[in-house]
Amino acid sequence: MMTPQTSLTPADTLDCSGLLCPLPVYKAALALGKLGTGDILKLVTTDPGALEDIPAMARQRGDTLLATEDDGATQTFYLAKGATS
Amino acid sequence: MTTAPDFSVVADESPGPVPVPERKRIALVASKGTLDQAYPPLILATTAASLGWEAGIYFTFYGLDILHQDRFEKLKVASLANPSGPIQVPNVLGAIPGATAAATKVMKKWMRDARMPEIPEFIQMAQGLGVRFFACATTMGVMNVEASDLIEGCDIAGAAAFLDFAADADVSMFV
Repeated sequence: MMTPQTSLTPADTLDCSGLLCPLPVYKAALALGKLGTGDILKLVTTDPGALEDIPAMARQRGDTLLATEDDGATQTFYLAKGATS
Repeated sequence: MTTAPDFSVVADESPGPVPVPERKRIALVASKGTLDQAYPPLILATTAASLGWEAGIYFTFYGLDILHQDRFEKLKVASLANPSGPIQVPNVLGAIPGATAAATKVMKKWMRDARMPEIPEFIQMAQGLGVRFFACATTMGVMNVEASDLIEGCDIAGAAAFLDFAADADVSMFV
């Protein structure tokens, strides 16, 4: 697990608490679509599957997962939009 | 004597335009018309499109109900021959009138409580992401379904057209 990087400044924050697959990925993709290359999306989830899903989403879309925080109940992801995503 | 600076080496080292990667593709077949079986192809296609993939679903036989304007809001869960269904009763009780409606009601409540979209909303989400819907022309002929019975935005097509799409798929699944 990467350490929290509080220096990261998100361009947008998306709270997907209480939502299950595929909604966090679906909503994150829509949110990233509105950002420019390199912009950071802060994504909050409570779906345990997100710990696997969000890194997979970043790999498939070409975004960069900069940091992940997990307190057991809530996961927070910092995603930088890729050049081709 | 001075010579012009040589920029060619610098130019050669420039990365150039970022190549656009070829998109992956998923081809799904939806052959079941029950509420529980309508979700998986729509979830997979919506997720694939969110990942930047091309996605297409071929709706055939009972699966065509998922595109049927009068039926897609009324898909049901089978109470018979469904040991994992929402109501756990012996088949003899699963056959009584109202059992299918009860099983359907329970599953709809599960979905609502989990904040999962209903099927019509999932269809809108998928279409909004550009997921292609193929409506099986043979099913339409066999089951007397008209083009006007289907939701907008479907490609009425046979197996050849779907296989033409599926031939270039990285992932294909039958539901």
